Amino acid sequence: MKKFSSLLHNLILTPSRNTKIKLLQDYFNILDINRAYALAILSDQLSFQFIKASKLRELVYEQVDQHLFDYSYDYVGDLAETISLIWPTKKEGKSQNLSTLIENIKKIKKSEINTEFSKILSELSNNERWTLIKICTGGLRIGVSERLVKTALADLYNKSVNEIEEIWHGLEFPYENLFQWLKNETSKPKIDFKKLFHPMMLANPIDEGKDFKRLDANEFQAEYKWDGIRVQLMVSSKSVSLYSRTGDNISSAFPEIIEATKGDAVIDGELLVGRNFKPSGFNDLQQRLNRKKASKDLQNKFPVFIRAYDILFYKGKDLRKFSLLERRKYLEKFQKENKSNQIDLSSIINFSTWKELTKYKNNFHDDLNEGVMIKLKNSEYLPGRKKGYWYKWKKNPKLVDAILMYAQRGHGKRSSYYSDFTFGVWKESELVPIGKAYSGYTDKELLVLDKFIRNNTINKFGPVREVKKEIILEVAFDDVFPSTRHKSGVAMRFPRIHRIRWDKPVNEVLTISEFKKEFKLS
Amino acid sequence: MDFINHQLFIKDINVHIDPILPKKTAIITHGHADHARFGHDHVIATRQTIDIMKIRYGDKCAKKFTPLRYGQKYSIKNYDFTLYPAGHILGSAQVLIEKNNNRLVITGDYKVGKDETCKNFKLVKCDTLITEATFGLPIFQHPDPKDEIQKLIRSVKINKNNCHIVGAYALGKAQRVMNLLRQQKYNETIYIHGSLEKLCQYYSKEKINIGKFEKVSSKDKNFYEGKIIIAPPSALKDRWSRRFPNPIICMASGWMTVKQRAKQQGIELPLVISDHSDWNELLDTIKKSKAKNILITHGQEDALVYYCKKQNLVSKPLSIQGRSDEEIE
Repeated sequence: MKKFSSLLHNLILTPSRNTKIKLLQDYFNILDINRAYALAILSDQLSFQFIKASKLRELVYEQVDQHLFDYSYDYVGDLAETISLIWPTKKEGKSQNLSTLIENIKKIKKSEINTEFSKILSELSNNERWTLIKICTGGLRIGVSERLVKTALADLYNKSVNEIEEIWHGLEFPYENLFQWLKNETSKPKIDFKKLFHPMMLANPIDEGKDFKRLDANEFQAEYKWDGIRVQLMVSSKSVSLYSRTGDNISSAFPEIIEATKGDAVIDGELLVGRNFKPSGFNDLQQRLNRKKASKDLQNKFPVFIRAYDILFYKGKDLRKFSLLERRKYLEKFQKENKSNQIDLSSIINFSTWKELTKYKNNFHDDLNEGVMIKLKNSEYLPGRKKGYWYKWKKNPKLVDAILMYAQRGHGKRSSYYSDFTFGVWKESELVPIGKAYSGYTDKELLVLDKFIRNNTINKFGPVREVKKEIILEVAFDDVFPSTRHKSGVAMRFPRIHRIRWDKPVNEVLTISEFKKEFKLS
Repeated sequence: MDFINHQLFIKDINVHIDPILPKKTAIITHGHADHARFGHDHVIATRQTIDIMKIRYGDKCAKKFTPLRYGQKYSIKNYDFTLYPAGHILGSAQVLIEKNNNRLVITGDYKVGKDETCKNFKLVKCDTLITEATFGLPIFQHPDPKDEIQKLIRSVKINKNNCHIVGAYALGKAQRVMNLLRQQKYNETIYIHGSLEKLCQYYSKEKINIGKFEKVSSKDKNFYEGKIIIAPPSALKDRWSRRFPNPIICMASGWMTVKQRAKQQGIELPLVISDHSDWNELLDTIKKSKAKNILITHGQEDALVYYCKKQNLVSKPLSIQGRSDEEIE
């Protein structure tokens, strides 16, 4: 555990990618079972059933005063770090192996968690405690992506990272077949591709200034970008399953898709809510998300379908090395053979110059697409976010000027800065909050805002500071919906700070009724 | 408390403690720039604080200076002032103010732990305690500075082709780091940023063991491989630091307790070495002072105010202008 926790400590503090790879390789070079645990942790595949963030809070409140913990958490902005620092240190116990420690924790009965897990935390050093809590809460956020871990492994054993990527989702702890193959002791692990989630091909945002000058419009095809969730649908005669972008099986949440789909293929597409293949907005889709099951009632109210845009396998044939144009033919063939109420095809936009495409991108009559996707016609299906193949070009965001009302400290990389901003518009002589944003500003703007907040606080509500109503923020957002949960009656989708409007006086900001009118909410 | 206001001003006799703007009479607790300023008529402080002010701002930074020894009483009308060691940096002092059997202590910045670069903190009993709260959260529990300095020494041994640049405040922290290195038998020359030179010379003159040091000069780049360089934190991000071979950026500060803070500042080797009291030392000082009335100046005051109230002590924060709540040390 000591070794692994100092690995994480060093990884989080090392800015250099090469040094990170070196640190990882030094660790993976240890030839024992611990590296399998490390790999599972670094790729976020290990978790404890009973120990999640809420349980950890419960445990820490047993040890320290709740208010003192909350003040500290507000300052640190990271749960694992706050708990590890504030936990009363007892005498450090004998240092345990990462693997032994994890197996011991897995053995703890649910009824004994509070005493047993607290005891373990008390016997660890600060840094080990931090590591263990990070493992429990998942998502390490130490500046190491899964891809980087795979790269470190691939480089260490002279393999290509794509080879690892291809079999990754078919591997299981303790990855013996992976390590044996890496060391050339066996051949590449055989994975049943039909059962396997395939990492998705992702797009990069287009840089209008640079990319359009160097890219030839004729080599690309365009489709609308739909505001749903990305899914992979695996169909065979035996089973149908649906996976999210991160490889989670979400079949049980969308039974109508599972029941209606036939054929033998792996399809890539967007899951949307709507009737007769007419999408009805992200707000409706949200009713179907984060649910394990969907009742008949919910299925009727918010029916879902898949807008397919790619195909990875067709009747057992791997199409990923084929070009996009060829894959599209297979996709159309699949669609023809397996007519279904649940799948339609993403239509292709005809255009010959980038300028011509602009009008499709900004198609403001249709609020339901977010812009366009631009895909290289002869691109293979490549996992990850490779540059030069697929681009996304988003509509210009909607903009509104609003007044900064409250601020809170941020988390993670922005911890200790006042970086979460609540802003509002007028309702008679008062302000009513319309949203909250914690991104979009430059580092410089953040410093200015942070300083303003510290010097202009008029009220504190726990961690929240109310500030003088002097700063106008131009807020960009993707969409806005009516909402009964918010006082203002509106809910924004993905609001972010576009810039600070130093030039505008606060009394020129819209009223809530003007705001609703402008964005067609009333 | 009724004779002193939230700006640490005694109106009755027109005396300020650590004022930000030029004033008639100023009692200065120590030489850091957020406490000692240029342009007062009359400065009352320890001899070493006065020396440091003169080094930083020139001999004429005040019209008149009155040096006080620790424990020496100085009276203005019916107010008696006595300075006691604060253990923060060389010359740092707490101020005891007595009036009609009422005792008030202003700690200034202080730490309780041992430090060879200054006189160690002396606890002064009082009725009202005005304490700092830089590290006023229970997450701050400073480790033994010797262990921290060992981390640096170990890293220097392992990474022979790198140089280590340690960010440390020019006054106090820099010399403390040097002294700690000497205590741990690191006997090589320590290289310093030019802005540290005069203060290091002064510490040497005051017989503080900081060992052999030399200003960084435009020597051959590779000369600094394997060396330790000490620089003010502002220089770490500056072009200045790019001249060195494969630098490992270190920082000596109590803030380094929090990994996320270290990461934000691009620090690869955080050294938790603080010249302020940690949480337990703050609580201990409050308790042992026997004060019933606790006022809290700059820092993370919320948690400490909450704690004092729970102990049935009267407590409130003072917000003194010009003290940012975080970047001081």
